[in-house]
Amino acid sequence: MNPIAQYPFEISVEKVLKSSMVADPLTLLDCSPLTDGAAAIILAREDIAKKYTDTPVYLTGSGQASDTLALHDRSSLTGVLAAKIASEKAYKMAGVTAKDIPVAEVHDCFSIAELMAIEDIGFVSKGEGGKFVQDGQTKIGGKVAVNTSGGLKACGHPVGATGIKQAAEIVIQLRGDAGKRQVDGAEIGLTHNVGGSGATCVVNIFRR
Amino acid sequence: MHKTSVPGVWRRFKNRYQIVGTQCETCKTNFYPPRELCPKCRRGGKISEKKFAGLGKIVTYTRVHAAPAGYEKQVPYAVAIVQLEEGPMLTTQIVDYNTDELKIGQSVRATFRKMYEDGDEGIIHYGTKFTPIRES
Repeated sequence: MNPIAQYPFEISVEKVLKSSMVADPLTLLDCSPLTDGAAAIILAREDIAKKYTDTPVYLTGSGQASDTLALHDRSSLTGVLAAKIASEKAYKMAGVTAKDIPVAEVHDCFSIAELMAIEDIGFVSKGEGGKFVQDGQTKIGGKVAVNTSGGLKACGHPVGATGIKQAAEIVIQLRGDAGKRQVDGAEIGLTHNVGGSGATCVVNIFRR
Repeated sequence: MHKTSVPGVWRRFKNRYQIVGTQCETCKTNFYPPRELCPKCRRGGKISEKKFAGLGKIVTYTRVHAAPAGYEKQVPYAVAIVQLEEGPMLTTQIVDYNTDELKIGQSVRATFRKMYEDGDEGIIHYGTKFTPIRES
């Protein structure tokens, strides 16, 4: 659905399960690829932005949090605490809750990372992520469309450009320019970007 | 003039070759690798050296099939987060295991092993790995 994705085609569950093992139980296709890519956004104050565009998108909330780099020093291995704190800060600043988000780009560097992400940022409660995805609630038309760009695994993960690429996808969605992957009537969107296996996380909330 | 041997220098890093860390005497929290400052007590903490028994349990694990540089010869190898009896958690390789012993909750003990080599003529790095404890 995203013509500029690195893998703009469907990949079956069988193909993922049959791809070579990387770190048990994650196979090659559970992992984001190596990607060359670039992304850009232009940030400006509202009055300046309006001189250049009739369709500005507003950054209404931004939160950052960090944690230890070593996984063995974390309080939990089944979630990313930094993502939870960063999202709470962003929701508070934007004056919205997880329920208000119709479209989001989350840091699915590995299959498991997307499930933890949607739990950490409060789209579902702890342990419900897998079922939520299986039920189609993260598809376009579900409760919240997650990774309409294809995410890190399909659109690609040009590490330093990924966070901006997520913001660009949300801007495209909020302007209604997403074509076949458009989330109808989306007015608010969220990005969730992780570094250092969860040692740092930034959550941004956008509004048209 | 006195010459320092390379192994002599490496051996000064006690925590590389033994499970030696530190303890905050104020709150009794143990740290491995050693910390010079207690993150809880800060200036109120008093840090002293602590030798751990090298016994613990597997908290979580994986088997690595696609290895980073230097570990290619070892695949597939098991990596686990182990919690020591004294509290601290560390990331380590699990060696000499039967498949059914690679499980959450498995009791393990520390063992001194070769870690990797810096090429054919470089230093051989040694350190600690863990192995399952078998009831005999």
